Amino acid sequence: MASATHFTTLEESEAHPPLEAMVVRFAGDSGDGMQLTGGQFTLSTALAGNDLATFPDFPAEIRAPQGTTFGVSAFQINFGSTAIETAGDAPDVLIAMNPAALKVNVKSLRDGGLIIADEGEFTARNLAKAGYDSNPLEDDSLARWQLVKFNISQLTLDSVKPFGLGNKEALRCKNMWTLGLALWMFDRERGPIVDWLNTKFAKKPELAEANIAALNAGHAYGETVEIGAQVRRHHIDAAPAEPGLYRTVTGAEAISVGLVAGAQLAGLPMFFGGYPITPASAILHHLSRLKEYGITTFQAEDEIAAICSAIGASYAGQLGVTSSSGPGIALKGEAMGLAFITELPLVIVNSQRGGPSTGLPTKTEQSDLYQAVYGRNGDAPIPVVAARSPADAFDCAIEACRIATRYMTPVMLLTDGYIANAAEPWKVPDMADYAPFPVAFAPPAANDDPVQPFARNGDGARPWIKPGTVGLEHRIGGIEKAPGSGAIDYSPEAHAQMTRERLGKVAGIADSIPDQDVALGEASGKLAVVGWGSTFGPIHQAVRRARRKGQDVAHIHIRHIVPFPKNLGKLLKGYDRIIVPEMNSGQLKTILRDQFLVDARPLNKVSGQPFRIAEIETAIDEALAGQDPHPLGADATQLPEPESGFDPGRQAN
Amino acid sequence: MNEITKITTAKDWASDQEVRWCPGCGDYAVLKAVQRTMPDLGVAREKTVFISGIGCSSRFPYYMAAYGFHTIHGRACAVATGTKLANPELDVWIITGDGDALSIGGNHTMHLLRRNLDCQLLLFNNEIYGLTKGQYSPTSRIGTRSPSTPFGSVDRPANPCAFALGSGARFVARGIDVHKNLVDVLKAAHAHRGASFVEIFQNCVVYNDDVFAPFTDKGVAAEKQLWLQAGEKMLFANGTKGIALDTERLMLKVVDGDNDEVIVHNPRNRAVAHMLVEMPAASFPVALGVIYEDPAPTFDSAVVEQNAAAAAGKTPNLQKLVSQGQTWQVEKEPRAE
Repeated sequence: MASATHFTTLEESEAHPPLEAMVVRFAGDSGDGMQLTGGQFTLSTALAGNDLATFPDFPAEIRAPQGTTFGVSAFQINFGSTAIETAGDAPDVLIAMNPAALKVNVKSLRDGGLIIADEGEFTARNLAKAGYDSNPLEDDSLARWQLVKFNISQLTLDSVKPFGLGNKEALRCKNMWTLGLALWMFDRERGPIVDWLNTKFAKKPELAEANIAALNAGHAYGETVEIGAQVRRHHIDAAPAEPGLYRTVTGAEAISVGLVAGAQLAGLPMFFGGYPITPASAILHHLSRLKEYGITTFQAEDEIAAICSAIGASYAGQLGVTSSSGPGIALKGEAMGLAFITELPLVIVNSQRGGPSTGLPTKTEQSDLYQAVYGRNGDAPIPVVAARSPADAFDCAIEACRIATRYMTPVMLLTDGYIANAAEPWKVPDMADYAPFPVAFAPPAANDDPVQPFARNGDGARPWIKPGTVGLEHRIGGIEKAPGSGAIDYSPEAHAQMTRERLGKVAGIADSIPDQDVALGEASGKLAVVGWGSTFGPIHQAVRRARRKGQDVAHIHIRHIVPFPKNLGKLLKGYDRIIVPEMNSGQLKTILRDQFLVDARPLNKVSGQPFRIAEIETAIDEALAGQDPHPLGADATQLPEPESGFDPGRQAN
Repeated sequence: MNEITKITTAKDWASDQEVRWCPGCGDYAVLKAVQRTMPDLGVAREKTVFISGIGCSSRFPYYMAAYGFHTIHGRACAVATGTKLANPELDVWIITGDGDALSIGGNHTMHLLRRNLDCQLLLFNNEIYGLTKGQYSPTSRIGTRSPSTPFGSVDRPANPCAFALGSGARFVARGIDVHKNLVDVLKAAHAHRGASFVEIFQNCVVYNDDVFAPFTDKGVAAEKQLWLQAGEKMLFANGTKGIALDTERLMLKVVDGDNDEVIVHNPRNRAVAHMLVEMPAASFPVALGVIYEDPAPTFDSAVVEQNAAAAAGKTPNLQKLVSQGQTWQVEKEPRAE
């Protein structure tokens, strides 16, 4: 129900039941502080008890030229009194801080939606930079929507005048003025934001005061000034949720604390080798502050050194972890093979982004699934776990640590740019609910028998022998080895047997993972919509809507992709049709076909944008009518792409 | 049982694996030298780790009765960094070659040296790719004919010790595979705290035989080898020649006889070290032994200290960690779904 509301007249809206949900997008220049505004609005929304989902969208360029369309930064939030699972299809409200922000974002606004524009920025120069021939605030080109304009820039300058800031610094408070207005519109508390500003500017109290003054001025403006019936207070009830303690969490935060929890549950110190890359760096940043949890973070000289150092640390008895995004994961490929053949635990996190090559550094895609499943030389399957949402990433990180240490294997944890950056409310887990999985290192040798580093236990896992252990000196390496002893052995028998043992071990992980559940709907029927990763939200909402219409459709969302849950094949065969929505050109679809010989049909979106609920609903209708879903093109109603033809120079890589 | 107290012999450091280098390979001599050195270092086998990349020399760990990790091409330094940071008590030896350390793994070598990870890095320089059957390497001299350069190589070679000094290494030494002094060089490398870079001239009998003969042959050894000793004059040719500084041109020069002009070797003099490792082969001897040594804090100790300082006074509490940030309490009944 993310976009079910609409603005009409006051009378009309009063005749309607209370709003269930609302999608608001803040858009401005990269320098306007839209991500901060959005983040603080998210916090106040969470504190108001609404369920929510967000989608930050920012350009790849660090400082794109001011006022240009490719420098537009946007933050979308969907919040409501019911369960929210996506950042919303079309916004109900667009707050545009300049002409470029309006131009790039207005296409996506729901018909009849509300535009709040800072007319102070609609100067001839800014209009020209955005490519407007005439001022859209004056020429009726926005007639499809409701328009409210006022000079936010001037109002901000007036509000911070007493603090004696320079013009440039004073204008920086614009985002807080806007936030103040938004807080008024949606009946939010200002207190937490004031606290935050006081903390943020503790060393520059005059800036804190100015920002608070701007915030209050924006709020007061809403309260006191006649600005039309469209902009009026909306109260959205708190979403009913399970009782408990909540916080907001981004995927990057959830993965970081999940890795910490995983290492603690395994009873191990953690070594994290990383190299800066968008959007994975946030995990390195988070972990580097948590030394008291026995975490060593190492910013390596390159992606290869990042994973190799993690392998070296695992060899020495810590939990090695590395993290990157597609291009960096490609560089790590050979080392993943080393970890696989030496059978050392390792967690590799891939925060996927649009590819190939540098691709779309700040946009989201699920196109590294083949890379995760197949991307190594030789027969080298490694377990793959995929997170579906920011909060889910916590449990997935723990699961990756569990598999890596129990089965002595590298594990790939897939997330993506959307999950990494997006925030959602998270019911704080009770850590007592998580069973520890302590690691038992091989004890010192009790006799002079030859060391058997590749002997296997019931799971097919070899012992973890830490250097430093008396009497167990042995050699391992990337070269093929004899079963048991690990001595170099190229013989056909040794290679065939070791290949079987390694593959059998990974396949056997299926014994310790839960059966595949059905996220919504029945365990058989006319249609299953099968997904993985961050498409959970839109698929779930689409299936929910379809089921409300009486359609026989179920949602299956796969967390364990290698190995698949043991019941998955049988489960899938219970449906007449299967469609697989993916933000790639059909990778899970191919793997499902290969593994189970099922007629899975793709629903692909490769525009670097998340699915819209409506797109999946349409595909459900088509599938139930016996048609193939058609590939989806770029979608003008969604979060925008910066325009091409610009050489950024300082690109986020 | 603590093996540190046990006296080991060279034999105790030999593993049960059959050594598989070509007959006559210089690697045998290096292996023997290392096995002879270990008992004198007072280290325990279980605390000793040999980590190698790929290439002939990188098979080395299999032949040592210690912990060993034969990794992938060029990455021994990166793996060793993780191992040492994870357990700084381990005595880490990196075994690598000219292609492994200076070509595919050049980046890691540079960063290991500038970070000053406490380890010994033995670079077996045979100026050729042996395991892949004889292609020229980054240290091959101009004009080296090989399967990939049938008309002779045209690119200028890297000088391993100059590379190491340029990367910020705090210990740079040279040895020769079959020379008795190699054991002393290895002991000095082990005694140094920090990254100890040792270039070992190693003869490849199959693909590059006698490439170092111009200074290793018995007949020319005295004339062409300058064995450096801290605090001693830089004399060679049985004391008849010395190295002095040409103060006008700020270069080294060869002088006759043992006179006051001859430089007394001070391993902390980085500028002289640079000149020593780059002495032209035609008119100078080859500088050998410990060329440069100037200890500095190690990377691993700095990491350990910072980790401890950052963790001091903080109690790990997972429940607190997952609850951080602004939180709110939901009191209502569960929603019906």
